[in-house]
Amino acid sequence: MDGEIRVPIDSDADIVIARQQGRALAERLGFSATDQTIIATAISEVARNIIKFAKRGEIVLNKVMKNPEHGIAVTARDQGPGIADIQLALQDGYSTGNGLGMGLPGCKRLMDELEIKSSKGNGTIVTMKKWTM
Amino acid sequence: MEVPILKQGDFLIATFQAALTDEDLLQLQDALVARVGKFRSHGVIVDVTALDVMDSFAARTLRALAHMVRLRGAETVIVGIQPEVAFAMVQLGLSLEGVPTALDLEEGLAQLMKASERKGATFRGR
Amino acid sequence: MSKSNKEVDVKKVTEPVRGETTAALLRELVAHLRQNRTQLRQEWARRITEAKLLTAMSQEEIFAEATAVYDNYVEALETGTFEALQGYARNLSERIIPRGVETHEVVGIVLLLRDVLARSLFAKYQHDFALLNRILDAYEPAANRIANTVAVGFVQERERTIRQQQEAIRELSTPVLQVRERLLILPIIGVIDPQRSRQLTEQLLRGIRTNRAKVVVIDITGVAAMDSNVANGLVQTVEASRLLGATVIVTGLSPEIAQTLVTIGVDLTKMNTVGDLQGGIEEAERLLGVKAVPLSLIEPQTKS
Repeated sequence: MDGEIRVPIDSDADIVIARQQGRALAERLGFSATDQTIIATAISEVARNIIKFAKRGEIVLNKVMKNPEHGIAVTARDQGPGIADIQLALQDGYSTGNGLGMGLPGCKRLMDELEIKSSKGNGTIVTMKKWTM
Repeated sequence: MEVPILKQGDFLIATFQAALTDEDLLQLQDALVARVGKFRSHGVIVDVTALDVMDSFAARTLRALAHMVRLRGAETVIVGIQPEVAFAMVQLGLSLEGVPTALDLEEGLAQLMKASERKGATFRGR
Repeated sequence: MSKSNKEVDVKKVTEPVRGETTAALLRELVAHLRQNRTQLRQEWARRITEAKLLTAMSQEEIFAEATAVYDNYVEALETGTFEALQGYARNLSERIIPRGVETHEVVGIVLLLRDVLARSLFAKYQHDFALLNRILDAYEPAANRIANTVAVGFVQERERTIRQQQEAIRELSTPVLQVRERLLILPIIGVIDPQRSRQLTEQLLRGIRTNRAKVVVIDITGVAAMDSNVANGLVQTVEASRLLGATVIVTGLSPEIAQTLVTIGVDLTKMNTVGDLQGGIEEAERLLGVKAVPLSLIEPQTKS
């Protein structure tokens, strides 16, 4: 029904495209208006991380099933410098960029699940999920 | 997409479109700060009614904008944040502390007028 | 069948060589169930009535559902895939839950079908005990999985219904009241969990926008306890309301809750608190009185 959606992230304009696509998919999957906004906001944050730390990468959007619920999976992938300390990156207030440190810990609060696969020099994969209930 | 800036008496009004890139935001910030000086404006209203997502970059830019405008002697009011957007923002940890907010353009203008009326009195976010 | 026997059976079924035979046996089984479809589903419907299951449904309805379940059942045996059955089970549950059908009834009818079919297999193959055993070995795991699929489908659907009802009740349980122009009151009573806290916030934010509220009084006199999650939720509610341009006054903070807020490090300076609801409303009116009359300070209006 809903195939995979891939959005290449190459410039700050792509952040807008990624979150628009994410919102549209969330709407098709039956998420409430608030959840659509939450999902779009989280996508904006992870897409921004790609630009900030890796220059380019991609956002992949998928429908996921977990009986009897379904949900949305957002994967942010890049070949950038990677995250040396994932625990630290998930701590509130921590940031290596010039941000407010809201990025990943904030996304974790917005979404139901957040998982990071990364090591220094090997790129980063952030997978976030949110369920309809 | 450039954000249009309207001059209304002593005030400047900037109205956001739905899809705003980082570059648009930074451009707006520069333009507003410049025009506050040029027109000797007393206040700035940033209308974000059409904005469907406010992420950390947008919030940070708006905050910086409000501070810069204040340093140039004017006040900024952010108006029209949608309920869903506000909900997502506080979950993300963004509360635009120190930046005045109002429900809509009308409220924002009323707030600015009152502020410029009691000159000298400090006007800051509740 | 003893436990140790069962373990052996499972192994047998998973052996590749045996797998071939199992498939052949299942094919034979399916053919048998197709051949005797009319008689077996009649027998099943009779047993359902006899066991006083599905009493909320008429004979015709039971027979119609029995036929559909039977066909899906045979199909699941034949194909080894359960999606169709799963879908049917959910659909069936959706229809019968509002009519008050209970979990034990659904489990009961599926177990009855299993029994009816097993008996017919027994009758057919009793002359060859070894073959009967093999047939039952092939039948049982599939039958168990089918029973499981249907029962789980029903329970999940029921849980979903209950969740929906809970949500509806919650929606009703906390009204956002407009006391006067631009002033909303949100009296919260009872237990707050993260889900309710979120719902309250969403409701309030929508209320602020539709009523063009400038001040909101959240009264938590009726809230007994508050853990750090809920306290943080309250702070977020206050912050989100401010983002919309409304000031929040929190009233009715019990000493215990106040202590929790301080302990978890909530910045109370950000929160406008007043002792009780009455005081909160007075404060709100004071705020509105000052702010609701722009530019008209010159006019001799007498509003306190």
